[in-house]
Amino acid sequence: MSTAPTRPADALRQGDRPAEARPGAAARTVGGVAGWVDDRTGAAKPVGYLMKKVFPDHWSFMLGEIAMYSMIVCLLTGAFLTFWFVPSAGHTIYDGSYVPLRGVSMSEAYASTLNISFDIKGGLIIRQIHHWSALMFIVALVVHMFRVFFTGAFRKPREINWAIGSVLALLAIIEGFAGYSLPDDLLSGTGIRAMQGFVQTAPVIGTYLVYAIFGGPFPGEMIIPRLYSAHILLIPALLVGLFTAHIGLVFLQKHTQYPGPGRTEKNVVGFPVMPVYAAKAGGFFFIVFGILALISAVVQINPIWAYGPYDPSAVTAGAQPDWYMGFADGALRLLPGWLEFEIFGYTVSMNIFPGALLLLPLVYVVLGVYPFLERWVTGDNREHHLLQRPRNSPVRTGIGMAAITAYSVLLFASGNDIMAIKLGMSINDLTWFFRIGFFVLPPLAFWVTKRICLSLQRRDRDTVLHGRETGTIVRTPDGRFFERHDTELTPDQWILVQHEPVAPLELEPAVDENGVARPAARKDRLRARLSRFYFADAVNPVTPEELAAAHYHGEEHEAIEPSETSASGGAAPIESAEAGRH
Amino acid sequence: MNEQDTPTHGSEVGPTGHGTAVRLDEGHIIGDGGIPERFSNPGLPVHVPRAADLDHDAARRAEKQVTTLFGISILGTLLFIVLYFLIDVEETIYVPGIGVTSASNLALGVTLALALLGIGFGAIHWAKTLMPDHEMVEERHPLRATDESRDRVVNEMREGGNSSQLTRRPFLKYTLGGALGLFAVPLVLQVAGSLGPMPQKSLSLTFWHGGPSGPGQEPEFRPLRLMRDPENTPVRADEVTVGSVYHILPEGLLDLEEGVLEEKAKAAVLLVRLQEDEIQSEKQLDWGYQGIVAYSKICTHVGCPVGLYEQVTHHLLCPCHQSTFDVTRDCEVIFGPAKRPLPQLKITVDDEGYLVSEQPFAEAVGPSYWERGQ
Repeated sequence: MSTAPTRPADALRQGDRPAEARPGAAARTVGGVAGWVDDRTGAAKPVGYLMKKVFPDHWSFMLGEIAMYSMIVCLLTGAFLTFWFVPSAGHTIYDGSYVPLRGVSMSEAYASTLNISFDIKGGLIIRQIHHWSALMFIVALVVHMFRVFFTGAFRKPREINWAIGSVLALLAIIEGFAGYSLPDDLLSGTGIRAMQGFVQTAPVIGTYLVYAIFGGPFPGEMIIPRLYSAHILLIPALLVGLFTAHIGLVFLQKHTQYPGPGRTEKNVVGFPVMPVYAAKAGGFFFIVFGILALISAVVQINPIWAYGPYDPSAVTAGAQPDWYMGFADGALRLLPGWLEFEIFGYTVSMNIFPGALLLLPLVYVVLGVYPFLERWVTGDNREHHLLQRPRNSPVRTGIGMAAITAYSVLLFASGNDIMAIKLGMSINDLTWFFRIGFFVLPPLAFWVTKRICLSLQRRDRDTVLHGRETGTIVRTPDGRFFERHDTELTPDQWILVQHEPVAPLELEPAVDENGVARPAARKDRLRARLSRFYFADAVNPVTPEELAAAHYHGEEHEAIEPSETSASGGAAPIESAEAGRH
Repeated sequence: MNEQDTPTHGSEVGPTGHGTAVRLDEGHIIGDGGIPERFSNPGLPVHVPRAADLDHDAARRAEKQVTTLFGISILGTLLFIVLYFLIDVEETIYVPGIGVTSASNLALGVTLALALLGIGFGAIHWAKTLMPDHEMVEERHPLRATDESRDRVVNEMREGGNSSQLTRRPFLKYTLGGALGLFAVPLVLQVAGSLGPMPQKSLSLTFWHGGPSGPGQEPEFRPLRLMRDPENTPVRADEVTVGSVYHILPEGLLDLEEGVLEEKAKAAVLLVRLQEDEIQSEKQLDWGYQGIVAYSKICTHVGCPVGLYEQVTHHLLCPCHQSTFDVTRDCEVIFGPAKRPLPQLKITVDDEGYLVSEQPFAEAVGPSYWERGQ
């Protein structure tokens, strides 16, 4: 504008105020609609609050997001699939475009799944995305659970959310099982058959349960529609409801954050929803969905047409469930047959019942209860919003790794036949390896993990006590040389000293000061013992005193009160301080 | 700034102090010198500006990258639409590394992925390069409500109880509790009672007992020919060579109008011919015919069909959980999670030389259940 040549008429415009920019059409519409809604709901206040809400940034916080997005993709693609899937065990003769199965008699469920795969344009990609996102959902959920466990994010006030999460995890598995049973192909039918066998072994009520579930003798025609109702209605409703509560609590309680400079128990440091998290989290949904679409485009999953329709007298070799059911299946492969016995003429199948019916709920009950157990042992009743580094809770980390190991042994055991073939090993040897491994490996994993954690903690201490090497060589009056180490803690070293020192609980003395016996309750003694188990060999963070003490060596002045440890010489200041401890 | 206090676990039992940490008087004493017990939080680090914050060109570059990514997404969507109409659903394509695959699945999946990933990566790149990256601090507040609020809730509840006379008239409470406790019973009863019939004897019977064996059906025994599955043709004893295996169903099963799968799930049988001297069990030899023996194909573990027969070792392996049965020893379990041997079907030949059942299974086939031994 300013470069335009001066024209006479310009004089007229002098002193004009530039017209105020009219709000854009979009802004006016949004303002109008938003105003209309706010007039009726008063939503501006909570929405405004949510937009400014701060979330901390860390890659591991995306694990839960992956689970959430995979679930949403599942819901979306699942709704699509219902348009074509026929949830019926009704008998039909296939006449679709997959030639090898033409003329074969099968259930309508299987035929309609074949149609989705071969005759409906884009049906296969939707089906594959559905299956892949279900697998991704459970993987992400499990890894998210690991993150929450190992960082102690389940501590007060988040125990409720941990328990909700455990139920979600269990429901997700059941949902997955119901889903992959629906196509009624040979593999999934075999899975239902095994489920029927499991339920049948339930003491006393087993056969009644089976006839109730299947509406009569196995397989019957009821199981497909019933699984369908569970898969698309009952369990998703529970999943979505609990998930909403789960995410609602995260909003209410504000997200935990990793320790770091400026991060305390009383604040949340991160980015606001608007615009950063809206873009990041929203964009991440598309990335998760996009990757699922890409996998589904190039990696085939569950080619049901290759298995054929279900027939209770036929089977394929290498029959395996989806991965998340693997651990229960593995447990069944490991339990030896002699565990079954008869008592008063009644059969008790301890070779099936524990692995098939007890293990699944048991795992999730133990999981859900853990925060309450740990809280009881530590007696720690404060709120925790700063996460722990896994190394700073060596026993919990060890317990977690032991549990993962036990789970993995069972999971790998469910692939013992495949492994035997691929590795050219005897399946019997492999089974025995897993049987023994189930008992031996978890304690080993616990011990190794705990030692690693303690070592890492000691290294953290060493790093801090060592100080920063300044490169300045100092000569003392008596002729010794040393390099001056800076004792100032750098901000990035805060992470090494920020955690709380811990110590085991101690029982009060057995007698009080008057010599009167004070028998500690058995509960207290157990608690003290557990507390020692958790904290007895804790390595606590360096304190300012320790740092000062470690660096006292070699300063210009000799120690005021030389003690035994100072005699060890200035060459190894850290070791001398450490020597007093180990 | 030091938020964390000294370790204070538990209330009734006290902490031991600083664990095993080195104390001042064990090392070098610099007096108490006002040294704090814990290090203090250094506070938020200084914000480091990004290239796009300082450099106009870098910002322009970032903008271009974001718009390119969004452009890729639009392109992916357009390609999806075109390919949806272009590629026939039955077309297949060879892709190195994947093999022969559905062309439309590959095309639609990849273009959909492009459409989605373009948006995703674009939005995140935008957030990382151009959106503000100043960390914000939000204060936390204790979650618990104030004591007054808590008291008010308790008082309101109490007040409500009083004003509704619930406390004064306890029978209101008892009957309401009873009614609420019981009202679910009809609903539960309806579901639990009507889901399925009672099993009755159907788990211990099979089609070999003479016919359909569902709940309430009690077939009368008659010898049934052993029919090949799926050909549905009878088997002559002299056709069965040593080492051969047949999938067998009872005569008439495949001709059923309904309930074929239900009967198959119990009646499936494996027919094997061994050398008579390989058979180690007297009963097994006796229940067979010249070394031809018939065993239930339904695993006694959880009911998978025992599908894998190793001719050399005469082992039957269940592919589900690897229970292994030795056919030469009356199908005893020699490995794996199953407990009971596969039940044997007693067979003989009829006048025309066809194999027939001589009696039904002597015990329930398939997985164990509680009242199995009754």
